[in-house]
Amino acid sequence: MNAEIRGIKTAAEQGLATAFAGARDTLPGKGAVAALRDDAFKRFDAAGLPHRRVEEWKYTDLRALMREAKPLAGPADIRKPADIAAILSGVDATLVTIVNGRLAPEWTDKNASDPGITLLELFAFLAENTDYRLGQMPGHGDQASLLNTAFMSGGVGIRVKRGAAERKPIHIAHVFSGDTAAAMYPRSVMIVEPGAHVTLVESFSGPNGIDYQVNSALELVIGDGARVDHIKIGYDGDAALRISTLGVTVGAKAVYKDFSFTTGGAVVRNQTFARFAGEGIDAFIGGASLLKNKQHVDNTLVIAHAAPHCDSRELFKTVLDDQSHGVFQGKIIVEPHAQKTNAKMMTRSLLLSDEAEASQKPELEIFADDVVCGHGATAGALDPGLKFYLMSRGIHEKEAEALLIQAFIGEALEEVAHEGIRDDLNLAALRWQGARG
Amino acid sequence: MPAVQETVEQVRLIDVDQYKYGFVTDIESEKAPIGLSEDTVRYISANKNEPAWMLEWRLDAYRRWLTMREPTWARVDYPKIDYQNAYYFSQPKKKLASLDEVDPQILETYKKLGIPLQEQEMLAGVVRPEGERRVAVDAVFDSVSVATTFKAELKRAGVIFMPMSEAIREHPDLVRKYLGSVVPVTDNYFATLNSAVFSDGSFVYVPPGVRCPMELSTYFRINEANTGQFERTLIIADKGAYVSYLEGCTAPMRDENQLHAAVVELVTHDDAEIKYSTVQNWYPGDADGKGGIFNFVTKRGDCRGKNSKISWTQVETGSAITWKYPSCILRGDNSRGEFYSIAISNGRQQVDSGTKMIHLGKNTTSRIISKGISAGKSNNTYRGLVTAHRKATNARNFTNCDSLLIGNQCGAHTVPYIEAKNSSAVFEHEASTSKISEDMLFYCRQRGMSAEEATALVVNGFVKDVLQQLPMEFAVEAQKLISISLEGSVG
Amino acid sequence: MPLLEIKNLHVEVEDKKILNGLTLTVEKGQVAAIMGPNGSGKSTLAYVLAGKDNYNVTEGEILLNGESILGMAPDERAAKGVFLAFQYPVEVPGVATMTFLRTALNAQRKTRGEPEFSTPDFMKLVRDTSAKLGVSQEMLRRAVNVGFSGGEKKRNEILQMAILQPKLAVLDETDSGLDIDALKTVSEGVNRLRSPERSMIVITHYQRLLDYIVPDVVHVMAKGRVVKTGGKELALELEANGYAQYTDEAA
Repeated sequence: MNAEIRGIKTAAEQGLATAFAGARDTLPGKGAVAALRDDAFKRFDAAGLPHRRVEEWKYTDLRALMREAKPLAGPADIRKPADIAAILSGVDATLVTIVNGRLAPEWTDKNASDPGITLLELFAFLAENTDYRLGQMPGHGDQASLLNTAFMSGGVGIRVKRGAAERKPIHIAHVFSGDTAAAMYPRSVMIVEPGAHVTLVESFSGPNGIDYQVNSALELVIGDGARVDHIKIGYDGDAALRISTLGVTVGAKAVYKDFSFTTGGAVVRNQTFARFAGEGIDAFIGGASLLKNKQHVDNTLVIAHAAPHCDSRELFKTVLDDQSHGVFQGKIIVEPHAQKTNAKMMTRSLLLSDEAEASQKPELEIFADDVVCGHGATAGALDPGLKFYLMSRGIHEKEAEALLIQAFIGEALEEVAHEGIRDDLNLAALRWQGARG
Repeated sequence: MPAVQETVEQVRLIDVDQYKYGFVTDIESEKAPIGLSEDTVRYISANKNEPAWMLEWRLDAYRRWLTMREPTWARVDYPKIDYQNAYYFSQPKKKLASLDEVDPQILETYKKLGIPLQEQEMLAGVVRPEGERRVAVDAVFDSVSVATTFKAELKRAGVIFMPMSEAIREHPDLVRKYLGSVVPVTDNYFATLNSAVFSDGSFVYVPPGVRCPMELSTYFRINEANTGQFERTLIIADKGAYVSYLEGCTAPMRDENQLHAAVVELVTHDDAEIKYSTVQNWYPGDADGKGGIFNFVTKRGDCRGKNSKISWTQVETGSAITWKYPSCILRGDNSRGEFYSIAISNGRQQVDSGTKMIHLGKNTTSRIISKGISAGKSNNTYRGLVTAHRKATNARNFTNCDSLLIGNQCGAHTVPYIEAKNSSAVFEHEASTSKISEDMLFYCRQRGMSAEEATALVVNGFVKDVLQQLPMEFAVEAQKLISISLEGSVG
Repeated sequence: MPLLEIKNLHVEVEDKKILNGLTLTVEKGQVAAIMGPNGSGKSTLAYVLAGKDNYNVTEGEILLNGESILGMAPDERAAKGVFLAFQYPVEVPGVATMTFLRTALNAQRKTRGEPEFSTPDFMKLVRDTSAKLGVSQEMLRRAVNVGFSGGEKKRNEILQMAILQPKLAVLDETDSGLDIDALKTVSEGVNRLRSPERSMIVITHYQRLLDYIVPDVVHVMAKGRVVKTGGKELALELEANGYAQYTDEAA
C-alpha cells in the first residue's frame, strides 16, 4: 500500500536514527532481542513516522505532531512515585511501577501475596521464559510499535496462573520523572494461563508542562477459558505525547474486557490490535475520553475475528471541549471461516465546543458470510431537548450539562467490571467536569 | 409526432451491436495512434476542431498527469495498467448502418441482460403510448457522440443538451465557466487523465426557472477493442431549474481489460435540483476474472446555490473494477445531497464505491443509503466520507449502509469516515453486514420459488429503498439486472 | 392410495434425534390433527415435510401420492402441492405481498409446466380471494409479514394457501398467538379450503383450534412418534387429562 518513496527525513526521524545508532549497543538484551531491535528499527526507518497518507494514521499525523525526538530517558531516582496512589485511590492493587521505561523495584510489590503470579523485570522474564518469543504480537508491524521494539528499555513480565478467583488487580503504573523532556519506551508482557482470572490496570502519568514522550507496548496472551479485564488510564501531563500499543491474542472461550480511559496528554494514541484465535470468545473493547484545550486523543483498534463463534462488542465515547480533537478508528475483520461471528461496534462523540473536532471511522472487513456485524457512529452536541427538560425542573444549565455529560460517559464506564476502578474513573470524569467550570 | 420519428430514426442508425472477436464482426473505425503523448492529446483536440484554449487546457492536464501517481488506497487489486498500450480515441469511420449479424450467443446474453430491451425502451421509450415519460438520448459510442435526440424541442424550452464536443464549439463561454470547476484538473490521477484525453459526453444547461420537459439520458458504449473511454459530462441547473438525467453503459465481452475513466460535474445554483441516475452495466469479466472494464470514475456535484439539491442514484452491477464516489459539495445554505446506491458484485468483481458529503454551508442536509451485495469470489467495499466544516452549522447527515453476503468466498467491507468540526452537526451512521437469511429463503422456496428466484426476490426487497429512487424505466431494468447479476451465486 | 404416507421416519437435527420411527398416513381429503406436548417433534415433522435444510432424515420414507419426496428441494415439493403454514411466518422486507404471491404462484406453475398467470387474471384472483379472507388491499401492498400483527400474519398464510391451492396443507400451530376472533377468522378460511381433493395436517398443542377446524382423525405424538390415533373425541380427552400419560408411556 505505502509504496510511496520516502522523502527527506524529518528532524524527528533523524533524531531517532541518531538515538538508535548511539543506544543500540547499550540497550538491554542481546542475541535474539538485539536482532529484533535491529530489524524493527530497519523496518521503522524504511517508512519513517506515520503520517496522514498512511491510512491507519490518517487522523494522527505523527510526522507533523512529533516535531523532534527527545533524548532517551535515563533512570530516575525518585523518592516517591508521583501521586501513583491517587491514580487508583479506592483500589487495593498489586503495584508495579515503571519509571522512565524501567521497572522500579522499590515501588513494586513483590508478588509474595499471590503465589499464582510471577512478576519479573522484562528481560529477566524473557531469560526465564525462553519459549516466549517477543515481537509476535498482533500489531508488531505497526510503525509506532516497531519504534517501541527498537528502543524498549525495560518493563515487566507477568505470568498469571489459574487460581485465586478473587485476586487483587495488578496495577502497572508508568511514570515519567524528570525536569526536562525525554522519551521512554516501556515494554511489558503478560501471559494469562488457561482458566486464570486477572484484572490489569495500566496507568500513565507525568508532570504537566514537560513535553515528554512515551511509546509503550504491552503483549498480552490470554489462554483458553481465561478472563482478563484490562483497563488503561491516561493521566499524562498536559504537554506529553504518548502512544500505547496493545497486542492481544485471545484463546478459546476466554472472556476479555478492555477499557481505555483518557483525560491527560497533549497527543495520545491508544492502539489495540486484538486477535481472537479460539472459538467462543466473549469480548468487549471500549473506552471513554474527556478532552479539552488542544488535546488530540486517538483510540484505534483492529480486531481480527480469526475463529468462529466469537462475540465482540465495542463502545467508545468521547467528550470534546475547546479545540480538542477526538479520533476513533475501529476495524473489525472477520476472517474466512470465522463463521457465526457476532460483532457490534458503536462510537459516539459529544461536541461541547464549536471548535472541537470529532473524526470517526468504524470499519467492517468481512470475509465470512454467516455473521451478524454492525457498527454505528454518532456525532453531535448535547440534546437541547434533554437539557431543556432538566432545566425546566429547576436544574441550572451548567448542572444540567454536567448531568448529561456524566450520563453520556457513564454508559461506557458501566462496562468496567471492577467496582472500585469504575468508581475511580467516574470520579475522574467528575473532576474533569469540575475543572471545566 | 415528428420528434418521435426523429428518435426512432436515430436509434436505428446507432444500432451498434456489432462486435469483433469470436462473437462479433468488425466495424471500421479510425483511431488515434496507440499510446499516450502530447501528440495524442493534440490529435484528439484537432479531430474535434477544438479552440486553442481547450487544447491548452488538455495539454496542461496531460503535463500534470505525468507527475501524478495512480492511487492505491482503494480495496481493488488489478494488474498494472499500461497506459501506452491503449487507444485513447476511436470513432466509426463511416456512418453506422443498421446491423443484425450479432452472434446469437451474445444476443442471448444481452437479451438476458435486458440490453436490447433497454436500448429500445430507453431510446425508443418515446414511442410508448403513455407518452408521458419522454427521454431524450445522447448516445456515445467509443469516443464520439453518434446521436442526440430531441435537441430541437429541448432548445425551444431553452435547454441545451448536446455532445460535449459540440458544446465546446457552440457554447464556449458556458463550458469555460464550468468545466473543471467542480472536479479540478488535478483532482485525482484518473480525473486528470480524463481532462487530457476526454473525448465525448453530454453537456446540459438548464436555464433559470426551467423545469426540463423530459428526462435526459446518455447511453455509453465501449465497442472498440483495447480502447479506453473517457467521457466528460457537465450538467448545470441554473437558478430554480430542474433536470433528471439518466446514464446507462454497456460494453462487449472481451478478454482484455479496458479502461473507462469518466468525469461528471454537476452544478446547481439557487433553488435548483439535479437528479442523476446511473445503471452501470459494463462488462464485468468472466467468472475467472478475465476481461472486464476498469471503471475509474470521478463524479461530483456542487450545490453552489442556496436551497439547491443534488441526488445521485446508482445501480452498479458491471465492471471488473469499480472505483467511484459520486459526491456532493454542500456549499449553498440549506442545500441537500443524496446518495442512493446498489452495488452488486459477483464472480471476481471488485467494487470500491461510496460517496462524499461535504457540508460547508449552513443547515445543509445529506442522506446516504447504500446497499451492497457480494456473491461469488467478489469483494464489495462501501467507502464514504461525511464531513461538516467549521461554519456548517446545523449540518445533518443520516447514513445507512447494509451489506449482504451470498456464499462464503466473498468479502463485504464498510469504511465510513465521519468528521464533525462543528458542534451543531448531527451525524448518524449505521451499518450492518449479514448473510442472506436462510429463513427467508426457505419461506420463499416453500412457496415454490427456486433458489435463484428466492434469492433474487429477497435481494430485490433488500435494495428496494434505493430502487424506489430510480425513474420507473430504470427501476424495472435494474431489477432484472440484479437477478441476472446474481445468477450462479446460489446452489 | 393415500395422499401421504410416512413410514418409520427418523430425523436428526444438529445430531439430536427428534423423530423416532414416525409412521403416519393421511388419506385424500382427510383433515388430520396432530397433537402432542412441547418437544414431541410436531414442528419438526412440519419442516421435514417441507424439506427444510439441516433436518436430516436418517431412516424411513415420505411418499406423496406414492412418490418419495425426500430427495426433492423445497420448491419442488411446493410445486407437487405441499404447503406449510408457518408457526412463525417469516418477514421479507421490501417485497410486497402481492409480488411475493405472484412470484410464488407462477414459479409453481412453471415447474408444473402450466402457463403463467397474466397480471390482470392474477390481480382478479388475489382480489377475490383476499376479500373472502378479510385481507385488505393495503396489506397486499405491504412487505410480506413486515409489521403485520400476529393475526395478520396467520391470515396471510391462509391467503397464500388459498391462492396456491395445495394438495397437502400442513398448518403448524396456526392457533398460536391468536385471540378468539382471529382464530375464528383463520379457521373459517381454512374450512373454506377443505375439499375432497385436499388433505390437511393440523398441528396444535391445544384442543381449542379443533373446535373450529374439526378433524377427521386425531393423532397424538410423543417423543417423535405417533403414539395414539383416534377420532375427534380424542382431542377432548387430551384436553381433560393432559399429555402426561403419553409422555410416560413413551418413556
